Amino acid sequence: MNLHNNPDQANAYTRRAFLQSSAVLASAALTVPAFIQSSAWALPKPELGLSSIPGVNEDNILVIVQLSGGNDGLNTVVPYRDDNYHRLRPSLALNADNLHILSKLGSNGASDLALNSALTGFRELYDEGQCAIIQGVGYPNPNRSHFTSMDIWHTADTTGTGDGWIGKYIDAQCCGYGKGESGSPDGSHKFDPPISIGREAPLALSGRHMMPVSFETPDQFEWAGGKFSEELIENHQQLTNIGNEHSEGDSNNAFLMRTAMDARVSSATIRKAVSAKPLVNYPNSQLSKQLSMIGSMIRAEMKTRVYYASIGSFDTHANQPGTHARLLGQLSSAIRAFQSDLKAQGNDSRVTTMCFSEFGRRVGQNASNGTDHGTAAPMFMFGPNVQGGFHSRHPSLTNLDNGDLKYTADFRSIYAEVLDKWMDAKSRDVLGSSYKHLRVLDV
Amino acid sequence: MLVYTQSPSESSMANTHTSTLQPNRVETSLTKIRDEDFGYAQARHLLLRAGFGGTDEQIRTLADWGPEAAVDHLLNYEDIPAESDPRTAFDANIIRPRSAGERAEYRRAQQAGDENVLAKFRSMRQTAQRADRNQMRQIQRWWITRMIQTPRPFEEKMTLFWHGHFATSFRGIEDSYHMYSQNRMLRSNAIGNFADLLRGIVRDPAMLKYLNNNQNRKLSPNENLARELMELFSLGEGNYSERDIKDGAKALTGFTFQDDAFVYNKGVHDNNTKRILGKAGNFDADGFVNAILFSNACAPFICAKIYKFFAADIPTDTKELEGPSRTVVRNMSNMLQQQRYELKPVIRRLLLSRHFYDPSVMGNKIKSPLELVVGSIRTLNVPARNTTLLADAMDKMGQSVFLPPSVKGWDGGRSWINTSTLFVRQNTLVYLLTGRQTNRRFVDSTAYDPTRLVPSMNDPRLESNPPAQLIANELLDLVLGYRPLGAADYLVDAAQKIDKPNSAKGITAMLLLITSMPEYQLC
Repeated sequence: MNLHNNPDQANAYTRRAFLQSSAVLASAALTVPAFIQSSAWALPKPELGLSSIPGVNEDNILVIVQLSGGNDGLNTVVPYRDDNYHRLRPSLALNADNLHILSKLGSNGASDLALNSALTGFRELYDEGQCAIIQGVGYPNPNRSHFTSMDIWHTADTTGTGDGWIGKYIDAQCCGYGKGESGSPDGSHKFDPPISIGREAPLALSGRHMMPVSFETPDQFEWAGGKFSEELIENHQQLTNIGNEHSEGDSNNAFLMRTAMDARVSSATIRKAVSAKPLVNYPNSQLSKQLSMIGSMIRAEMKTRVYYASIGSFDTHANQPGTHARLLGQLSSAIRAFQSDLKAQGNDSRVTTMCFSEFGRRVGQNASNGTDHGTAAPMFMFGPNVQGGFHSRHPSLTNLDNGDLKYTADFRSIYAEVLDKWMDAKSRDVLGSSYKHLRVLDV
Repeated sequence: MLVYTQSPSESSMANTHTSTLQPNRVETSLTKIRDEDFGYAQARHLLLRAGFGGTDEQIRTLADWGPEAAVDHLLNYEDIPAESDPRTAFDANIIRPRSAGERAEYRRAQQAGDENVLAKFRSMRQTAQRADRNQMRQIQRWWITRMIQTPRPFEEKMTLFWHGHFATSFRGIEDSYHMYSQNRMLRSNAIGNFADLLRGIVRDPAMLKYLNNNQNRKLSPNENLARELMELFSLGEGNYSERDIKDGAKALTGFTFQDDAFVYNKGVHDNNTKRILGKAGNFDADGFVNAILFSNACAPFICAKIYKFFAADIPTDTKELEGPSRTVVRNMSNMLQQQRYELKPVIRRLLLSRHFYDPSVMGNKIKSPLELVVGSIRTLNVPARNTTLLADAMDKMGQSVFLPPSVKGWDGGRSWINTSTLFVRQNTLVYLLTGRQTNRRFVDSTAYDPTRLVPSMNDPRLESNPPAQLIANELLDLVLGYRPLGAADYLVDAAQKIDKPNSAKGITAMLLLITSMPEYQLC
């Protein structure tokens, strides 16, 4: 009997099955999980090989940047020539003299749109053809709760339930999606857990079989008992493993064993990687700190393929202009520095960066010089492999849904394209349906 | 001289662990546990779940008393003398509305465009807000300290349960005294009647502010409180309609507050007939609450949450419950309805049930950050050291009292654990045991004598030092609740490397290692 959510999944991924499946010495198997042993956590990485599949490089990396709180899309990518914009936002609307007017790029040129003046870094990347702006991104029956809408984006499911979309992808890579109990780890797809900077494990990265590695700061990412005496560390490792044999299946105990193992095994690698000084100077902000650590981990040639960073406080209900400009400035300068770092490393062509927020804000401003929760908003993607310029259509400011924008692109069509073209996956298997690509990626 | 033997509880402890490998039928009845089945392990389990754990001596005392006396001691906490929390412990006026004179002065300044006066008001407000945030941190430390020191652990555990259930965050309220008042209201109703809690919460200034009911007026209804009252506080999603929300909001109109007190503003109350959950009438908030209590979804929803808090990490959605937990929650909710929402008999029945002591239930729940930190202090008898640092650490683990992440409260269970929080959990134990922090050179040198934890070292009948293995095993019994095969050998080895197994340093080393085991996160 079982008191957990998914008893049918019990034993799908037992530690014992895992250990038995790998052709390693039993003694080593008890201390290091197979997926880690065979990968760059432990071994020096071979030279970057070009993939045998045309267009898909197996070393591709996806970096997701979450804008929490609901970013105001209309004051990020600004329809500054639209009278309705000025009419509905008498004190918040931005004028041409205070914006980055963009040149036409690509087929979907948008001469009526400009970037918030704080987005200087985005503008530079745009001019280099390395910034894709996907307009009007949303989903049907938009939910205006931060939590539910965030869960919807994380799960790629409009009820906001189930595993994370990257989690499902990794499950598919590691064990074959949906194989459930009979699915055994496939030796050809050893996979490292995604890494998130922060104290939470984002739902997006959480799967049935693999959870992300999360850390907030490197100094908190190791057991401090060694400070009492270094000699304890060996015993600590032995004791961490002692319960493995008894921790079968889907029990809380087994879950804790797996997490403890992930933490212990990734600790040294991550701390070493992020201790390196970045090749470029990053500005002084939380997001910059996160992206510089991600840059350092990529430079250390860790095998991780998905990284997650986040920046908060976009919930601008009151006195929006100053706060919003400050946040966009931090976002833009951090991403600009990150892309320069990757270029200096020679890793830029391996990395695509994606920014999203759980929703945009209402078209009309509120009485507190701010904006309330809305619906569709632009997404950004960066890197040499994106088709720079505008994608999809800008939502109409007159044809509204109860004062809110109607979405013109489903976020899952972007996920689908990333999965199919960048991550070497079958998006239909991961997302449960097929979504038409918007051709944001140029690979 | 006594001969060293296995502790009487050893065999039952071994069973607790290995029986998960050979699933037996899970006991689902609420039948009372037999006296002879209630030993050290069961008393330890009770103290962890209905309180925050305890020392070896406390565990043995409860075990000796037997299940009923042990449970009643915890539940009838009014009988235990304790410090009261006076209404005046914190400054009620730290945030206060402007007086009539101030309002007039402010209006004049606005009209005249007198920047100096306006700036004075802004600066007064900022000063008050800063003081208020400080007081909130004080109140946080006060509650954490109370949980650590109280002789009535069940009272605090229950108050914590209701805080997570009626989750209200200081963020969005910005009045620390409102948070304190709510805490007092929850504590004084903690084990009473659920109806009183609902009636209390629709009159609670913190909640009225948090869910915007102060803006809920006849001509411009705000549905926030009406929705959450049913979705999160009483019935669960799917057990009410959009119409119930709309009319529920009308019933709640006019329930607001002035400064620190509840006020019923008749002038903005909607006096039309409402239809809520199949009942019609000119309801106010109490009528709405009554309609909720009549719903058959209410008792199962509350019982599932109580069960989840005390017994097992299960989904909150009662429809998703399956297997034994489903049966137990059904039995509990039948009882809660029979008892007309009196909470104590139902919780007493759960804590005394055979099910509660089933091997599948014991030692299989992930500790919340508060259970981990407060429980470690109470079990290991370590000094609480710096409660500001402990509050920060718990924040990093995902739990700040008075600042739940949303009105849904804390998800609990596995959501507490990831690689980041796991290290913070382990390292907070390093701090408690040794005074050392990861990123500071400063070492808190408050004295701690861990030898007192080891029963055989404190037995006056013993003339010689107990063997190292026994010390290690006794620590495992207390701290983990069982003895993983081979663990004692590693512990003894470590203690010998550092010092002697019976020295304070050696025992501290063993405790550091036991508390770093993944198993320590379970209770």
